[in-house]
Amino acid sequence: MIGNPPRTLFDKVWQAHVVLTREDGTSLLAIDRHFLHEGSHHAFAQLADKGASVARPDLTFGVADHYVPTRRGAGQVIDPAIAEMVERLERNTAKHGITLFGLGDPRQGIVHVVGPEQGLTLPGLTIVCGDSHTSTHGAYGALAFGIGASEVAHVLMTGTLWQKKPKTFRINVDGALGPGLSAKDIALHIIATVGADGATGHALEYAGSAIRALSMEGRLTLCNLSIESGARCGMIAPDETTLRAITGRPFAPQGALFDQAVEAWRQLPSDENAHFDREIMISASDIAPIVTWGVTPEQALPITARVPDPARETDPVRAEAARAALDYMGLTPGAALAAVPVSRVFIGSCTNSRIEDLRSAAAVLAGRKARVPGLVSPGSSGVKRQAEEEGLDRIFREAGLEWVESGCSMCVGMNGDIGQPGERIASTTNRNFKGRQGAGVRTHLMSPAMVAAAAISGTLADCRPFVEGRKA
Amino acid sequence: MKPFTRVTALACPLPIANIDTDQLIPARFMRRTRKEGYGPVLLHDLRFEADGSPKPDFPLNRPEHAGAGFIVARRNFGSGSSREAAVYALADYGIRAVIAPSFGDIFAQNAVNNGLLPVRLPEDAVENLILNLSAQPAPITVDLENTRVEAGGLTLPFVIDPVWRTKLLNGWDDLDLTLSHAAEIRAFMERDARARPWMAPSRTG
Repeated sequence: MIGNPPRTLFDKVWQAHVVLTREDGTSLLAIDRHFLHEGSHHAFAQLADKGASVARPDLTFGVADHYVPTRRGAGQVIDPAIAEMVERLERNTAKHGITLFGLGDPRQGIVHVVGPEQGLTLPGLTIVCGDSHTSTHGAYGALAFGIGASEVAHVLMTGTLWQKKPKTFRINVDGALGPGLSAKDIALHIIATVGADGATGHALEYAGSAIRALSMEGRLTLCNLSIESGARCGMIAPDETTLRAITGRPFAPQGALFDQAVEAWRQLPSDENAHFDREIMISASDIAPIVTWGVTPEQALPITARVPDPARETDPVRAEAARAALDYMGLTPGAALAAVPVSRVFIGSCTNSRIEDLRSAAAVLAGRKARVPGLVSPGSSGVKRQAEEEGLDRIFREAGLEWVESGCSMCVGMNGDIGQPGERIASTTNRNFKGRQGAGVRTHLMSPAMVAAAAISGTLADCRPFVEGRKA
Repeated sequence: MKPFTRVTALACPLPIANIDTDQLIPARFMRRTRKEGYGPVLLHDLRFEADGSPKPDFPLNRPEHAGAGFIVARRNFGSGSSREAAVYALADYGIRAVIAPSFGDIFAQNAVNNGLLPVRLPEDAVENLILNLSAQPAPITVDLENTRVEAGGLTLPFVIDPVWRTKLLNGWDDLDLTLSHAAEIRAFMERDARARPWMAPSRTG
């Protein structure tokens, strides 16, 4: 190994894509996959202004997700302003010869669910999209990150992107998660530990036995939330779980090419003794089911805790942020989190809408009734079909929840799926920002099992008693 | 892109942490094209009541901060969604620089790509500025050439990525630079297609 310093997973993928590095240290990276959605209209407008064409339409894929209506069966009237956003994407992708998984396509879904499902997301790739949750795809050992509209335009026109190399940060999670816990709890625990800007400027790598034990769905949830700690991206080294998830996917390499790819992917895990700029250790047994109580994902606590008292916060800036958060959230310091009434639930989003997420919520809901209304939006049309084959849709409906089509839906509210001012929503999504689910709406983030438990209880609730004796 | 060298303007203090891009530009306004302008909807739900009337207490609505060219805010400014419209809203409103202890990565990159300067100052310096500007609104100077903020006799040096500094000082766009490397990009992609033929999306898809 003389002459070859040990490298991290991130270093290996980064270095394989450097076209050139300027004197100032900025590198031009080749981009292997570029996903577009309706929000890409600003970038296409920039392209049109310059009269430019798309450099790599073969590596570019469009997905209708941000604005698509989730109630779109026969006879449903679609808001013309929403329809225009979806049609604009259709026109732009058609004009440039880009494959589109549009409205009505059986492959349609949320971009970060569809990429892996279609076998477009692979280890060792660079993947970008004009969406901050592009970090999701790092679950496969890809270098995947969100970009802005100007960068989207740059990638469209050149197939490349200028990037400063981020620092590396390994988060080791060892041990076994308790029953009823999932990747969402690991992620919220990490964000609460490092802070919403704690990983800014860093590429995360998740490692340790608790990560290895996660399913692909769990890994996607974990990497999805990397951006909520400020990280540029989050990655997990590919292993047998990864390979099984890729095998036979429509756009994945087949036959001899697959074997060649596997050989390359086996080289990707971080070398022993590879240097990380930062590293922390977390014990999985310390993680409890978590809910957020504030307006940033770092404001999160175990469900067994009480609403924090800002008066006891020593940092004045944090204390003021907590006071403002509690004011918006309508919570009283010292109140038990597990008694806070909710008025609505949502299961869906690129964070928690995959088949395993739906199964874990359905396991809690089976044979029980929700006390509040709610929406279940599967992550893709494919996930929807599978859930229906497994009878999960029936469980949700019988519990009193609405089973709808796939899209970003109530995570971002662009398609009109929003709550009413003052409503409190238990949600499997990724952001509890003010107004995210509608002006004045209060969002609590948690796992699908926890949302299901909240639906049954009508309050925030510990999912553990509800999962006892049930198979997720 | 408009170059940023040395700008003197009123600075509006926004003593709020985690002003995410959803607050900078709520999602429901993002259907508009850039030509329609994003300035009127900057921080919409913080600036306006449900009936559309301005909230008189919100700093940007106060007469003494009218015409502000800078915003001074608390940590993690611009976190969250990658929406570049958050930068459009600030720029269209007339904001030239935002001063804060930390920024969302994607927001900061988007800002630089649109000529908006993210100035990172230590938390105590920001708190001081907020205090002074709240007590007595006054113009301050952001000097990118010399990487410092001049505020009421105080000189606050800041650190910025030299690449971003050069880009902002000159008003450069990445694209021209990239296109000057077209031959290298082509050569890289040809070489890479031979080395990693499995990277191309399968034709069976």
